Amino acid sequence: MATAASNTALTSGGSVTPHDPEATAPDSTRSRRRHLRFLSSPKAAVGAGLLLFFTILAIVGPYITPYDPSARSNDLLQAPSWHHWFGTTHLGQDIFSQVVDGTRSVMYVGFLAGLVASALAVLIGVTSGYLGGFASDLLSALTNVFLVIPALLLIIIITSSLPTGGETVVGLVIGFTSWAWGARVLRAQTLSLRRRDFIEAARATGESTWRIIAFELLPNLSAVIISGFIGTMIYAVMSEIILAFIGVPGLADWNWGTVLYWAQSQQALAQGAWWWFVPAGLAIAILGTSLSLVNFGIDEFVNPRLRNNGERGAKGADGRPVRMRVGFTPVVIPIPDEPEAGTGVIGSTSTSEDVAQ
Amino acid sequence: MSSKVSGKEPVLEIQNLCVDYGLGKESVQAVRDVSLTLHRGEVLGLAGESGSGKSTLAYGLTRLLPPPGVITGGKVIYHQPGGDPVDVLRLSDAGLRQFRWAETSIVFQGAMNSLNPVHTVASQLMDVIAAHEPKMSKSARLARAKELLKLVGISPDRLGSYPHQLSGGMRQRVMIGMALALEPQVVIMDEPTTALDVVMQRQILRQLVDLRERLGFSVLFITHDLSLLVEFSDRIAIMYGGRIVEEAPAAKLYKDPLHPYSHGLLNAFPPLRGERRELSGIPGSPPDLRSMPTGCAFHPRCPKAFDPCRTDLPLLAAPADRTEEDRTGGERTVACWLHPGA
Amino acid sequence: MKYFLQRLAFYLFTAWAAITINFFIPRLIPGDPVMALINKNRGQIDSHAIASLYILFGLNKHQSLWDQYTAYLAKLAHGDLGISFSNFPTPVSTILANALPWTICLAGAATIISFALGTFLGVLSGWLRGSRLDFVLPVTTFISSIPAFWLGLLTVATVIAVGSTFPVSGGYDPGLIPHADTTFIGSAIEHSWLPLGMLVITTMSGWILSMRNMMVTVGSEDYITVAQAKGLSDRRVMFSYAARNALLPNVSGFSLAIGQILGSTVLVEIVFNYPGIGYEMLQAVGSTDYPLMQGVFLCITLAVLVANLLADIAYLILDPRTRKEG
Repeated sequence: MATAASNTALTSGGSVTPHDPEATAPDSTRSRRRHLRFLSSPKAAVGAGLLLFFTILAIVGPYITPYDPSARSNDLLQAPSWHHWFGTTHLGQDIFSQVVDGTRSVMYVGFLAGLVASALAVLIGVTSGYLGGFASDLLSALTNVFLVIPALLLIIIITSSLPTGGETVVGLVIGFTSWAWGARVLRAQTLSLRRRDFIEAARATGESTWRIIAFELLPNLSAVIISGFIGTMIYAVMSEIILAFIGVPGLADWNWGTVLYWAQSQQALAQGAWWWFVPAGLAIAILGTSLSLVNFGIDEFVNPRLRNNGERGAKGADGRPVRMRVGFTPVVIPIPDEPEAGTGVIGSTSTSEDVAQ
Repeated sequence: MSSKVSGKEPVLEIQNLCVDYGLGKESVQAVRDVSLTLHRGEVLGLAGESGSGKSTLAYGLTRLLPPPGVITGGKVIYHQPGGDPVDVLRLSDAGLRQFRWAETSIVFQGAMNSLNPVHTVASQLMDVIAAHEPKMSKSARLARAKELLKLVGISPDRLGSYPHQLSGGMRQRVMIGMALALEPQVVIMDEPTTALDVVMQRQILRQLVDLRERLGFSVLFITHDLSLLVEFSDRIAIMYGGRIVEEAPAAKLYKDPLHPYSHGLLNAFPPLRGERRELSGIPGSPPDLRSMPTGCAFHPRCPKAFDPCRTDLPLLAAPADRTEEDRTGGERTVACWLHPGA
Repeated sequence: MKYFLQRLAFYLFTAWAAITINFFIPRLIPGDPVMALINKNRGQIDSHAIASLYILFGLNKHQSLWDQYTAYLAKLAHGDLGISFSNFPTPVSTILANALPWTICLAGAATIISFALGTFLGVLSGWLRGSRLDFVLPVTTFISSIPAFWLGLLTVATVIAVGSTFPVSGGYDPGLIPHADTTFIGSAIEHSWLPLGMLVITTMSGWILSMRNMMVTVGSEDYITVAQAKGLSDRRVMFSYAARNALLPNVSGFSLAIGQILGSTVLVEIVFNYPGIGYEMLQAVGSTDYPLMQGVFLCITLAVLVANLLADIAYLILDPRTRKEG
């Protein structure tokens, strides 16, 4: 996969951005390889790998836990051991099982909220960017209001007020309150795409508005949409964990936040039971990191300037890494009278001869 | 300063300069083995289509080429007035900073974005003076900034303006004034008037010619518009596919272009003055740097291509089919199999 | 000036939207929370307070929605946010007035420090890209993924475990009475070190990453090349040309960040039992004290709006293009 990806990079010169209309022309095999290209970045590959791991854990987690996460035992507040990898709670519950079982709730809420928020962001952002006029201003104002209102508090209030809780409700509430950032970015992207030739051309040939949006605009916005989806997922995961941690009712299932909630309320800290809260917190941090890494990959894919110029680990002829800098083009010249041509080099800083003023 | 120094004393010598984009296997050669000499007080024009490597050459010789540009060979010798020649490519960072602007200044293509949007004109004129003449007092720098604006025909009360408050022509004139701030020996101009309308182009070019007469700096003038060069420059070099394909005194190139590419370029733009020529342009598009044609890079587009063009690379040399007098009167060279070297 | 007035109008509109959302949320609550409260405190609630709660909760079924809305706005205009259920009969406004200064000081200091430090580190890591400073990227990514409150928990545990007497709970020594004297302020500052540190560490990475990206993007602008061509010192090009321009989007991105910082502050306050709004929020959620929750929400929203207004003024000063042509 990596070689296919780099081949594509080579043939396209690595300079064509995915927003180039030709780049996303309906050449399915080529565009599929293009979409995989972002995995050639080690950051993105590590992130995607970790994400896959958590997704699998979310699916199979509840079936593979060594113990029932709620079952009490006589091993009260035990440090990690072979029997209990992450130790036990004050009731003798197995923390490893709680963390593994809780992955599903976390991933489910993150995924659901990301889906809802992305759908709303596309609907509101693309519409307001494409249509223009009064409706556009109104949608833009709505977006800005939701951007400024502290969503976390709103989520806390709404979920504590709602009679029935549960992961689905929490996910929906988070999704409905956190679409604004994505909508703003998509609006800006749509505004700039709208003026591109290929959209103008489609309009001139009389294609219907919805056809243009679905077949011309959205494919070009896909990277931004996916990046927004992942951003919302990070946010939703954090929010759900915070809700569970402060004891908002309705999240009866095990998740990483409830583990922390019990650790906090049972004074795990005062008793020195570090194992009670360290694994869940690390799991949050690793999941968050993996999502961020995937997003970096997408960012670098969309904005080639953020890439390390495809020169990762590039070395000059003298074996020293060449650092690309704006304003000081590196000079990599083999010394001509060196018997073995190409081995010696005058680096950009090796010889200095100041200009006498 | 005397007007129009036509002396043969070189001020900037580019020797076998090679510039690549990228390192290792993925790199492409954008400038190939280019040698060019700028003499004191002359205007040397450099023309070619976009992608011919002319801007890469200018950025490369000043080491301003952004990543992934890399200089892979050659020398850029600068002859200081009354000092030893230095190789710009072998200067240390500090030496390069000292050299820049004081000896060689540049007016860039994207004049619209050449000024920092958040600082005033005065601050941008003064910071370059402060960087090179740290002993100068603030009031002296301000006086110099005023002087520079006057020099390019802008009222000194514009000193406090921000770039967005100036018109495109004014911004470009500010850039020209800035380029002259330290009275450099060489000014490189990279398409300085391309973004402006024709009237403004004429005004600025006339001013430029006037300033050069008064101050006596040398100019390397880069443009895709050959007819502009014919009028303003002393000598012209034509670039194609990263190489110089023809170099000649401006009048000779205009009257008798030898390389078919030069001929095509001359007919691609209406001349600003003089007799009208029929516009024809050049069919086809510039070569892809990643897959350069064999032999002469121009042969796929050349109306006069014949057998050797496809396989053998013609080298830049004085054409044998021009008279001795023609060759010595003002050296001209061409890289074309139609006019092989003597 | 026009720009400023536009922003001001927008914030007034947002404040109105937040108030209106606040008006509708309690109407989602099933049953009659006021009745439940009255039953709990049988006979001890004065009828005036009950009437006020009914207005705020929209439980007065005899009124039209519009009349309820205007009555609600009138109450708010007089600073009447109702009476806290859990601290009965203290008015919500009194509780908030006591808690707000703590939160504002903590969040304000954290915002300023993390913005300044994060932006500076972002400038360096963006400018020196490709150097050893690149390690900043993965490290900050990881740190930004750690919930601030969890880092707080770890810190509290560590402080306790090493047997330090450094304060990890509360806003001041329990023996002191809040008063503007040096002992009290000294104690308050000592208590705020850890919460402040947690907030700065976890919110700083966002600024580092966005500033780094902006530095890289700005780095390819023409005026940076011109600055290098002018032979200016590296420091001058980095700060006066690149960073000065890269800063602008960061300042305008403030609106998103300030909400997140306040969210983190709420959580960190809970972990450290810090006597601010967040701690009150926890109490409110624990005892389903709706008037207090809503008061907290309104209060924080207004604080966010004010912070945004300040950021807009900063932007106005930093970007000459938004200023009036002179």
